Amino acid sequence: MSDTKRTLPALLPAAPIKLPNESERRLTNGLTVIAIRRPAVPLVEVRLRMPFAKANLARGAMLGQTLFSGTAELSTVEIAAELQSVGGGLSASVDPDRLMISGNSLAAGLTRILEILGEVLDGAAYPSDEVSTERDRLVDHIQVAKSQPAHLAREALLQRLYGRHPYAVQTPEPEQVRAVRPAQLRALHAERVHPAGATLVLVGDFQPKRALDTAEAVLGSWNGGGKDVTLPAAPQPEPGPVLLVDRPDSVQSSLRMALPAVPRTHPDHAALQLANLVFGGYFSSRWVENIREDKGYTYGPHSVIDHSAAGSVVLLSAEVATDVTGPALLETVYELGRMATLPPGEEELEQARQYILGTLMLGVSTQGGIAALATTYAGAGLRLDFLSEYTEQLRTATRDDVAAAAAKYLAPSGAVTVILGDASKIEAPVATLREVELE
Amino acid sequence: MARRIKIPATKYPVERFTLDNGLRVVLAPDRSAPVVGVAVVYDVGIRSEPEGRTGFAHLFEHLMFQGSENLEKLAHFRHVQGAGGTFNGSTHLDYTDYFETLPSGALERALFLEADRMRGPRLTEENLRNQVDVVKEEIRVNVLNRPYGGFPWLTLPPVMFDTFPNAHDGYGSFADLESATVADAAEFFERYYACGNAVLSVAGDLDVAEATEMIKRHFGDVPARPAPARPDFDEPDLTSERRESYTDRLAPLPAVASAWRVPNPIDDFTGYLPFVVLAEVLTDGDASRLVERLVLRDRTVTSLGGYLGFMGEPFEVRDPTAALLQFHLPPGGDVDKVLRTADEELERLATDGLTAAELGRVQARMATHLLRDTDAVLGRALRIAVLEEQRGEPELINDLPRLIGEVTTEQVRAAAATLTPQRRASIEVIPGGGK
Repeated sequence: MSDTKRTLPALLPAAPIKLPNESERRLTNGLTVIAIRRPAVPLVEVRLRMPFAKANLARGAMLGQTLFSGTAELSTVEIAAELQSVGGGLSASVDPDRLMISGNSLAAGLTRILEILGEVLDGAAYPSDEVSTERDRLVDHIQVAKSQPAHLAREALLQRLYGRHPYAVQTPEPEQVRAVRPAQLRALHAERVHPAGATLVLVGDFQPKRALDTAEAVLGSWNGGGKDVTLPAAPQPEPGPVLLVDRPDSVQSSLRMALPAVPRTHPDHAALQLANLVFGGYFSSRWVENIREDKGYTYGPHSVIDHSAAGSVVLLSAEVATDVTGPALLETVYELGRMATLPPGEEELEQARQYILGTLMLGVSTQGGIAALATTYAGAGLRLDFLSEYTEQLRTATRDDVAAAAAKYLAPSGAVTVILGDASKIEAPVATLREVELE
Repeated sequence: MARRIKIPATKYPVERFTLDNGLRVVLAPDRSAPVVGVAVVYDVGIRSEPEGRTGFAHLFEHLMFQGSENLEKLAHFRHVQGAGGTFNGSTHLDYTDYFETLPSGALERALFLEADRMRGPRLTEENLRNQVDVVKEEIRVNVLNRPYGGFPWLTLPPVMFDTFPNAHDGYGSFADLESATVADAAEFFERYYACGNAVLSVAGDLDVAEATEMIKRHFGDVPARPAPARPDFDEPDLTSERRESYTDRLAPLPAVASAWRVPNPIDDFTGYLPFVVLAEVLTDGDASRLVERLVLRDRTVTSLGGYLGFMGEPFEVRDPTAALLQFHLPPGGDVDKVLRTADEELERLATDGLTAAELGRVQARMATHLLRDTDAVLGRALRIAVLEEQRGEPELINDLPRLIGEVTTEQVRAAAATLTPQRRASIEVIPGGGK
């Protein structure tokens, strides 16, 4: 080893975030099309987001599963083969807010991938055989999910958090799926799969105007109409006893906590984002440095602000060894309490600020990253230029702002807590810290 | 039939040079976004860990983040993230990588951090015990506390292979992890983390001359140590079928995976590539052979996958390796029947071949996946580093889509003909639980 200490090189000033240009057109059928050019690789990313609030849970899930299972002209296999022939693929997913179709293809395949998308949007047939196959697959898939601790912990947390709001249950029961009939899927499609309120985001190696023209030519005749459905606001977290969900012989406990948060456009959002980072939102945070790097209780604890259309929450997750469940909860409550009662240090705040500013820039450096952000923002009624506003708020949030946000939102007294684990081993230690309720 | 789409290529410039101390360097400038990816790859992985030390390569990877000559514990993470970057490392069968993605103004900082730990990590008893605990939690999350944990990447190699390097559990037994010592770690570093055994790569927003200067400044005085001789891990091919099963107490449904040995990915790349394509012909999407037959028509399988290499990285693995197929079955599913049907489909492909159109669409989709991997600076940095490390050919990054596109129907047919039941190793998961 050398005897002189080497000095860490200084950072060169960061380039300001360069936002790609968004071109936008509202088609006469109500579809909003956003085209963003990033020609770094000869591909295109495609996202179509349709509002899907209040859709029947089992039918919605099955619609996502069978949307590409055939039209009057094309079979499941033919649709997949046609997409592949331009290097393409499309898939659908559903959550309580939206139906999303995502995919990509070679840049030269843009017209073709949109044509196939258009055929499916207009003419998905939900053939009986295919629906029956996919029904069984979805039931199997749900059964496997129910054997995974992360899924079970999430289910319990959502129930506790949302009560009777539609966000409370997001996975259908197998018997509900088994009851879904093709006619119901066709009816749901006719009612909800429409351009009104929908956004198509295209990112890739193309001229934006030509991409918009192509989208208009191909999807402009997609049948308009559809109804506007919005969810009631989600309830704020209501703290109570720790909910203990028994999973006998579990070798780890899945610790989940939810705290109140605000939407992206709220004046407190940037400060809360910084407070969350300092607490547990990235590796160099207090919570991770404490329960992983100091104590070795866990591998990957993390804390994120989760935004849905009807509400936002801070979500904490950690899988901890069964025999340290009590101590891990203690440290978590301690770190939240420290955030809520004492201002963050100058240095740790600057570090968190630089982290989020840098990673926002990394996020928009790929076609997939731009597509994801543009689609997420569009779902919240925002455009990519919101990123400039947001980074400015992150840049200017003061230590006092962050301390105030932490006190308001991260106080452990406001947490909804769920722990999934071996109740026979963890109930007593958890009960020394908090009132416990067994599910 | 539509005209076949042309498979496009990237044109990333690739520069390579070697420092006097033996460190190989690869640069791939692309100034389309103000970000850089930095990767250091060491030519040591799971296959090189000593007997009695299962999981050691991975545990050691964790120790490389625990401080180094000029850096306290936690400093590495804070310096990367405080510069607006992200970091990680991962342990593979044949290599271990360490990497950062950062705004380009932080390039020199990342080089400093990597050079500092290349000179030597701080190996202490306290950090070792802490990271043994962290790794045990990682194994619990990914293997012990979930259904299908380690299936098939940890459970199939011991069926297919007979020697310790290829067959053992790369995540490691708790007994081995707990008995690891600081002296073991020092020895492992001394032997394998030589700069002659490493490749540094940088991709993205960089000026070649400036980056070269910075690299010389920070890595130039890393002491020269030669690469250790790399053992030949080859084993004879199977001459008769092998099949084993185990009960997974958390799994609700049956599953099975099979593997067949394939040509040497490095020495016989031309012979190997058709197998990479074959895996996609068989399993990529609803228009693939096995999805159409087993999932959509017979309904004997719920989901399936096919890929090259136990960790699913066709261009980052050495010999011996395998083509894998894995199947998840519905309740009460018949594993024998599924394997028989897969054999039938392989035989059909081997006998009748496939059309140029079927092959063409699969190749087009593979090109999309390859190009998409390289859009991120980190994807490029990692790929060129491993291509340099294992092949001395980082510029292959630009050629892969074309080479995939040049595989012929006859080559795919011939590849399918080699996946016979006699050469197959299979592992079956018997569902033991899950209400």
